[in-house]
Amino acid sequence: MKELILLAVGAAIVNNVVLSQFLGICPFLGVSKKTETAAGMGGAVIFVITISSFITALIYKFILTPLHIEYLKTIVYILVIAALVQFVEMFLKKSLPALYQSLGVYLPLITTNCAVLGVCLTNVTKEYGIGTSVLNGFSTALGFFIAIVIMAGIREKIEYNDIPKTFQGTAIVLITACLMSIAFMGFSGMI
Amino acid sequence: MNKNVERLYNGIIKENPTFVLMLGMCPTLAVTSSAINGLGMGLSTTVVLILSNLLISAFRKVIPNGVRMPAYIVIVASLVTIVQFVMEAYTPSLSASLGVYIPLIVVNCIILGRAESYASKNPIVLSIFDGIGMGLGFTVGLTSIGLVREFLGAGQLFGHQVLSLDWFTPITIFVMAPGAFLVLAFLVAGMNIIRKKMDAKGKPLAAPSGCLTGDCASCGQSAMCTGKKAKTE
Repeated sequence: MKELILLAVGAAIVNNVVLSQFLGICPFLGVSKKTETAAGMGGAVIFVITISSFITALIYKFILTPLHIEYLKTIVYILVIAALVQFVEMFLKKSLPALYQSLGVYLPLITTNCAVLGVCLTNVTKEYGIGTSVLNGFSTALGFFIAIVIMAGIREKIEYNDIPKTFQGTAIVLITACLMSIAFMGFSGMI
Repeated sequence: MNKNVERLYNGIIKENPTFVLMLGMCPTLAVTSSAINGLGMGLSTTVVLILSNLLISAFRKVIPNGVRMPAYIVIVASLVTIVQFVMEAYTPSLSASLGVYIPLIVVNCIILGRAESYASKNPIVLSIFDGIGMGLGFTVGLTSIGLVREFLGAGQLFGHQVLSLDWFTPITIFVMAPGAFLVLAFLVAGMNIIRKKMDAKGKPLAAPSGCLTGDCASCGQSAMCTGKKAKTE
């Protein structure tokens, strides 16, 4: 149990997926102008990464390993994730319209988000079982959620600041990311 | 200018994926903690890009329009798997330090972007040169960012100690995660200045596209993405 908690904290905060692993930089910088949109994106990422960690772990254990075709995992995973996102989108639209309203538009954006594929491949490299994979996926995505919401909050404040012309736009966002990353390094003593 | 040479010039200078178009930011940030890692990542991406441009251009009349994205992804993913195994066999230490970022070449937006915007519309030879140009442009970008970070963060160039540790205290933060964001921020700011100067001269640079700007048009995945509205909001 203790190991699982440590794994969750480690994946969510200490080795934050955006700020120390550099996965999912695109949505982190592109969709973080407003807190609401950022939270929507974060929610969609949690949803997709958790589900795809589960599905890919199942596929790895029950299809790829018995057939000894583990080397096909990159190809299989990327296709499964792309199809899964489309399927989830259709399913939500039909049966859970309320959830679809809040997450729907963000789902297709993450079809080939590198964080999703990255987490699934890491689960394999670290030889996690199915349950542990789901936990790792969920906590990694939670880390993404935390990072993107904090970033959006800071960017809303930055709007009103007087930034040197050269640094306006992407540059100041990257400086912000740098400072956030330094702050998150402070957690590294935790585990 | 010869059309093939023009492709090389376009990829390395005019539309350099790292400096001008600002594409492929995940690997740019992640693997540039040393010049050798940047070089390795750049070259492996180049190999995948050349081969994927070649194959996609060769099959461009065979692949039905409706399923072209999945088809491209399968082609790219197969090539990446091959490159990954070659690297594991011949450069095990580099492959270990690049880790998960090698399979993640599949989702590098430069590759699908070039497939969609160039290779699927142009003849084979031109597409190969486009791949070489773009790939080398990316390699130059990653290697130079790696050189800066390694120099400031460890006083080394390609692993050789150039600044003596007797008097130089390495600014270790540059080889750690925050340093990547910091160097990229100054790179973007520097490009803003250059961009302004070129505008004044009447020779504007190509606009940055892709992830950093939240611009979907250049993204290789835009064809199967319906979430464009969310990004522009």
